[in-house]
Amino acid sequence: MTTPDDAIVVDNIHKSYGDLRAVNGLTFTVHPGEFFGILGPNGAGKTTALEIIEGLRKPDQGSVRLLGHNPFPRTVALLPRIGVQLQASAFFTKLTAREQLETFAALYGIETQRAHDMLDLVGLTDKAGTREDKLSGGQRQRLSIACALVHDPDIVFLDEPTAALDPQARRNLWDVLRAIQARGKTIVYTTHYLDEAEILCDRVAIMDKGEILALDTPAALVRGLDAPTRIILDKSTAPRDLPGADEVTEDDLSVTITTRAPALVLTALAERGALDGLQVRTATLEDVFLHLTGREYRA
Amino acid sequence: MSPFRSLSTAMVKSFIRDKATLFFAFVMPLMFLVIFGLLFRDIGSEKIKIGVYGDGAVITALDRSGVVDIQRFTSLDDGIAKVRAGDLPGLVEATGDNVVLRFAASNQAQAGTVQGLVAGVTQQLNVAESGKPPKYDFRAEQVEDASLKPIQYLTPGILSWGIATTAVFGTSISLVNWRRKQILRRLRLAPIGATTILTSRLVVTVGVALAQALLFIGIALIPVFGLTLSGTWWMSVPIFVSGVLAFFTIGMLVGAVCKTEEAATGAANIVVLPMAFLSGTFFPIDQAPKWLQAVSQVFPLRHMNDGMMDFLVRGKGPQALLLPCGVLLGFTLVVAFIASRVFTWEDS
Ligand SMILES: Nc1ncnc2c1ncn2[C@@H]1O[C@H](COP(=O)(O)OP(=O)(O)OP(=O)(O)O)[C@@H](O)[C@H]1O
Ligand SMILES: [Mg+2]
Repeated sequence: MTTPDDAIVVDNIHKSYGDLRAVNGLTFTVHPGEFFGILGPNGAGKTTALEIIEGLRKPDQGSVRLLGHNPFPRTVALLPRIGVQLQASAFFTKLTAREQLETFAALYGIETQRAHDMLDLVGLTDKAGTREDKLSGGQRQRLSIACALVHDPDIVFLDEPTAALDPQARRNLWDVLRAIQARGKTIVYTTHYLDEAEILCDRVAIMDKGEILALDTPAALVRGLDAPTRIILDKSTAPRDLPGADEVTEDDLSVTITTRAPALVLTALAERGALDGLQVRTATLEDVFLHLTGREYRA
Repeated sequence: MSPFRSLSTAMVKSFIRDKATLFFAFVMPLMFLVIFGLLFRDIGSEKIKIGVYGDGAVITALDRSGVVDIQRFTSLDDGIAKVRAGDLPGLVEATGDNVVLRFAASNQAQAGTVQGLVAGVTQQLNVAESGKPPKYDFRAEQVEDASLKPIQYLTPGILSWGIATTAVFGTSISLVNWRRKQILRRLRLAPIGATTILTSRLVVTVGVALAQALLFIGIALIPVFGLTLSGTWWMSVPIFVSGVLAFFTIGMLVGAVCKTEEAATGAANIVVLPMAFLSGTFFPIDQAPKWLQAVSQVFPLRHMNDGMMDFLVRGKGPQALLLPCGVLLGFTLVVAFIASRVFTWEDS
């Protein structure tokens, strides 16, 4: 599957901190122009994996090719082509949002105007003159993303970019990321939000305890689960004896019908005029995670 | 803007936006300079007081000598009482051709000086009176200003100390801060070399030191303080540069070793404070005991101090550059080597 012009080729990388195996044998490739997500709970090893790929850490074992180069030790020719947002924002002390971007732009030899465009892109124009330590958590996050994008890199690494963002900012960032992808750039990002990854990513790797449990398109992962559909109804309106229902459970307020033939059940419900307040739940990546680990997913 | 300039600008901005740093770099040393400068202003320029009773050639000659302050008494007993009380080191009673000096043995040093003075003046007059040319010719010539006025040693001392403190603290704390805040890591991902980061930091440190030097010397030159620069003051520039380099590398070492800003502050204090007290910042080191003078030779601040003093106020020649510059640059090389060994871009 590996082709010479793959953006990223990760081959069996390992990294231990003492006895702790933070990354334990990851192998995957990311294609040019792909939106690639790494998912997993706290401590899964996402940041460690990302930092090995970026060239910030040396793997104990295994190899990485980033745009055809070995990222470790530091390869200066590679650096203008990658943009990195670290999980903990790294800002120059006491500089304003605009000055941070101008400084980063200058480090890459980019003109100042681009720095101002980036502020606009992440919606921080009105915070341009605010010092780094006076920004809110989400504003810092957005500034940090802008700093990663300022030199228009070919591959963008974002470590939990949507953490700490309010729903509006999250949506705006989705648009920004989609626009970047539309220009042919490759995006690798980590997140705790499985629903978000399902919407954004071309492919996702689900990680736990330093290993990849599954890697595919979100749709394929969910389909592979072959999970039943759940239909939830208000208790008062729920009819009995529906065709196609595999299992019916009820609590104080609602009735949940589990079915592998949702069309049959829904048709029957429509015939009986019982569609009011109805919810249909198909499997999500959370179910995939639950299935893979036997644990409930907790972000 | 080039990466070098933008990094330097970023460092200068965070420096001048930090009120505490500004205070320690400029206001505190200036406070010392002003307080000590005013406090000790008249020390050393004070003349010996001497009481006189009566009149005559000896008294006139003493007065003209310009080295004593004469206080005249109309009553001999009043004058003697003053000497007894220790208010005056001596009283000259001149009646006709008789000159009697009365002194209190309680202040031996001053009494000796006064005796010598009065005896000297009297002998001179005797020789002149005899009409013979003096056999032995005697001239007094000043070789160098051994007992400097306080402002003359306070200025180079406080200047060197202020520069040293700011360079060590500023460099170490900003290095720790940049490492801890992951700025160093982030800079590793930008296409710039480590030398760009290092030289921009150095240039900012030198710039701050230059601002300190201009400010402190400028203030000390005001007539109330009365600093007079020697003709060779400009030869202090190499001393200044090698001093800043030495303390910059010490700051680098402290910043490389320490993981937190608190630890760096503590370590910087341990390095700078003993040096400040034992290198002649606040008092001339040649008044200290011999063993202390020997110990102080290991401190780079001592050599920066001496060097600055030699050229700013003592007017020494170029050969006086060798020792302080050599020691400071040697220090720089050794410390820089150690710092480069222990430096890390990130906390493990
Ligand atoms: N520098 C380090 N030294 C020692 N252990 C570390 C270090 N960095 C990470 N670890 C450990 O390695 C494991 C993986 O950490 P990592 O940061 O890669 O997780 P993550 O998936 O990014 O988690 P999160 O979602 O919380 O960001 C964790 O158990 C963590 O405690
Ligand atoms: Mg992480």
